[in-house]
Amino acid sequence: MSLELKGITKKFGSLIANDSINLKVAKGEIHAILGENGAGKSTLMNVVYGLTQADSGSIWVDGSEVKISEPSDALNFGIGMVHQHFMLVPVFTVAENIVLGHEVSKRGILSLAEARMKIEQIAAEFKFEVNPDELIENLPVGVQQRVEIIRALMYDAKVLILDEPTAVLTPQETNELLNIMRTLKSKGTSIIFITHKLREVKEVADQITIIRLGKVVGSAKPNASEEELANLMVGRPVDLTPNVAKSKMGEITLKISNLSVSNQTGRTIVNNISLEVKAGEILAIAGVQGNGQSELVRAIMNLEENITGSIQLLGEELVGKSVHQTIHSGVAYIPESRELDGLVGTFSIAENLVLDTHGLAPFSRAGQLSASKISDTATKLKTEFDIRAQSIYDTANSLSGGNKQKVVLARELSRQVRLVVACQPTRGLDVGSIEFVHERLLVERNSGRAVLLMSTELDEVAALADRIAVIYRGEILGIVDANVSREKLGLMMAGIR
Amino acid sequence: MSNLTAQQLRQVRGLITMGVITIFAFYAFYFNSDKTESITFGFIVGNEWVLLKEWVVASKTGAGIFLICSMFGLLIGYLEFKAKRTLTFSSLIFGFGFVMSFLCWAASGKFIPFTGLLQGSLMLSIPLIFGSMSGLLCEKSGVINIAIEGQLLAAAFVSGIVASLTQNSIWGLVAAPFAGALISLLLAIFAIKYAVDQVIIGFVINVLVIGFTGFIYSELLVEYEEKWNSGPSFSSIEIPLLSKIPIIGPVLFNQTIIVYLMYVIVIVIQIALFKSKWGLRTRAVGEMPVAADSVGINVNRLRFFNVMLAGFVAGIGGAYFTIGSVGSFTKQMTAGAGFIALAGLIFGKWSPRGAVIAALFFGFADNLQSTLTIIGLAIPSEFMLMVPYVATIIAVSGVVGRVRAPAADGIPYSRGNK
Repeated sequence: MSLELKGITKKFGSLIANDSINLKVAKGEIHAILGENGAGKSTLMNVVYGLTQADSGSIWVDGSEVKISEPSDALNFGIGMVHQHFMLVPVFTVAENIVLGHEVSKRGILSLAEARMKIEQIAAEFKFEVNPDELIENLPVGVQQRVEIIRALMYDAKVLILDEPTAVLTPQETNELLNIMRTLKSKGTSIIFITHKLREVKEVADQITIIRLGKVVGSAKPNASEEELANLMVGRPVDLTPNVAKSKMGEITLKISNLSVSNQTGRTIVNNISLEVKAGEILAIAGVQGNGQSELVRAIMNLEENITGSIQLLGEELVGKSVHQTIHSGVAYIPESRELDGLVGTFSIAENLVLDTHGLAPFSRAGQLSASKISDTATKLKTEFDIRAQSIYDTANSLSGGNKQKVVLARELSRQVRLVVACQPTRGLDVGSIEFVHERLLVERNSGRAVLLMSTELDEVAALADRIAVIYRGEILGIVDANVSREKLGLMMAGIR
Repeated sequence: MSNLTAQQLRQVRGLITMGVITIFAFYAFYFNSDKTESITFGFIVGNEWVLLKEWVVASKTGAGIFLICSMFGLLIGYLEFKAKRTLTFSSLIFGFGFVMSFLCWAASGKFIPFTGLLQGSLMLSIPLIFGSMSGLLCEKSGVINIAIEGQLLAAAFVSGIVASLTQNSIWGLVAAPFAGALISLLLAIFAIKYAVDQVIIGFVINVLVIGFTGFIYSELLVEYEEKWNSGPSFSSIEIPLLSKIPIIGPVLFNQTIIVYLMYVIVIVIQIALFKSKWGLRTRAVGEMPVAADSVGINVNRLRFFNVMLAGFVAGIGGAYFTIGSVGSFTKQMTAGAGFIALAGLIFGKWSPRGAVIAALFFGFADNLQSTLTIIGLAIPSEFMLMVPYVATIIAVSGVVGRVRAPAADGIPYSRGNK
């Protein structure tokens, strides 16, 4: 089946997410759509899948125009989608999730037998195992993704959209996914592969379309070089390998000993971890999302409830302190979600910049905030960190992702800190902002601060870290040097020592 | 101890608490008891087959026997804990033993109409069961229903008036579900279409219904009682053979049509929710509406349907207050049953079966209180009035452990744009 998009335009208010996009996907083709975060890839796919309506433009299937206003329409035309955030009900079994929306009933009672059979049949065809009666929440993400693929195939998808499918996978799982994609292709399924990872595109795609700021800016064949693709994607020359000179390491700044963290239901999430981060070093915690790295970092900030073990900052015990005390004993914290934990969206940039210090002199005198001191500091930081905004009184919500992150960085790094804890500091940012954040973290390291970087992006870890600690199921599987091979790192992230 | 999960720790605490209560009860009801008289349990209320007419037992002996029963419950609890199962069965046995031994101690020298006690408990549970089914239908699909009280009251009001005007209780029963659904319509429009905070809209609806029915009651129903508020009520239907079974026969099978409807509704909901296409979709919409939407299920239409259905079910329950028992309407006659039903729903962990058990428990606690007050115990009646609610608080907070509401409960769904 072939799919063609003609002149798709979609606006959100004044923002043009898709600007008359044309796209042609041939039968049995793997068509990669490459673009940065926010380029409009997901919006385009939501239009194709019927989750949003285009303002203008048309969709053609096998040469005839179709109207897709609901996901069910897309399914009827043979368009299936594997979403970036899986559309699976966690408390349902695999089979229940797969039949949902396409149930077969016998005398009013739901029948899952047929679905179970088909699931096993498809799984066998692609040589992987899925137990139809397992609950989704008990499955690793890689398997959950396969459940989504099986579902699309059971609905007879002839065109399969994969939206950033490798974001949550280990390198090994990614390879397996690429193999599955090849098998699908050989059976005549067309695949739209949305990603911002050049390596994968080059490996598997037949045709590449590059989108920037809502527009198609070019197309390429997979034999194009990574630099060419990156330049098209970003719109200017990019250096893909930031120059990381070795740094001089100093004394041990952060010393974590036998740290365990359990969640509210009593399950152990972080299991007996010991780590050291020296001054002038970036230690990266690498691992696939959900292996306890978030909890580990939150424990350092005393944001977790059930912590045992010890966390020492230059010999001073942090466990048991309040978050306020932790921050002011010299820890900068760049949280995983800047929108949720890093900023108060409805506050101004100036207010956000003093969230941590507004209660102290000179910002506060006798319980009253000093507007002039706050605005002076904000103006200074706005220039220093290149925060692009009309005024320091704009709300944080009005900023782009990159500028929001700059506000967080400006606030956290302008304090007297010894340790910088950065979690996914570049998630969802454009390449320009990523470069800024990376440079800034290197500056911190070179000025003798200790940096603990938690990241699930292998590229980021490789670019910045001096040492890499791989976390798997709440345990540190090993600490390796930064020049370790990607394959070795990938295996470790999958739990293989 | 340290390698136990939170769930197991809670079970251990529960078992220890039960053990302590048993020891205390042995001391108070047996060793240190000065009750010398006998207690009589009556088992006959109508013309069922006689297995045992009554049972006379000395206070101390009775208390001892039932406490041994409690200990047996503890033993089963230990086995359930070892087998990593929930402590449902053991809690029931323990509770039964404890309550009975308490009765043996407290009511020495008195007559306890045992079958009547159960009968009354069921009667008090009926509106609670209907109410919690209404809450269940809404919340399983992701809409919080605080307006159960309003649904019950409105249906009681309308069915009472209709039955009075037509002098036919059947018409009252026909009208009641529509009254409940009308209240549901308000909830559905505001909560689903306009995405108003569901707790607030539910609460406002309750206040509205209480005010409106109260006003009409004093202006119309009191003034012209003859015409507007003197409806007939259903009489019980004896089911042949089944109603003759000793003890449970007269309790379960000599009831009005509303109660028989309830049996059917509960069974249908329990099966449909977990075994039908509708049930699967309902649960999906309550857990993760975005996933349901992505496979072509119209989330808000299904929620709307379920909320309306909930109104119908609560409506039948509301009719029980008027045409199911006394016939006439009185101001605020539901007296918080809707809220207790809501507690029952949580106590029952959002499952139909659990909610029924919870409702029966609340009904029993309530009826035990009035029975003991009537036979005249030395315990102040105010204290006894408190018991069902204290039991509710303890049950909801501790005994059932951690409960998980449907993940999308109370969150309006929209696709972001469109």
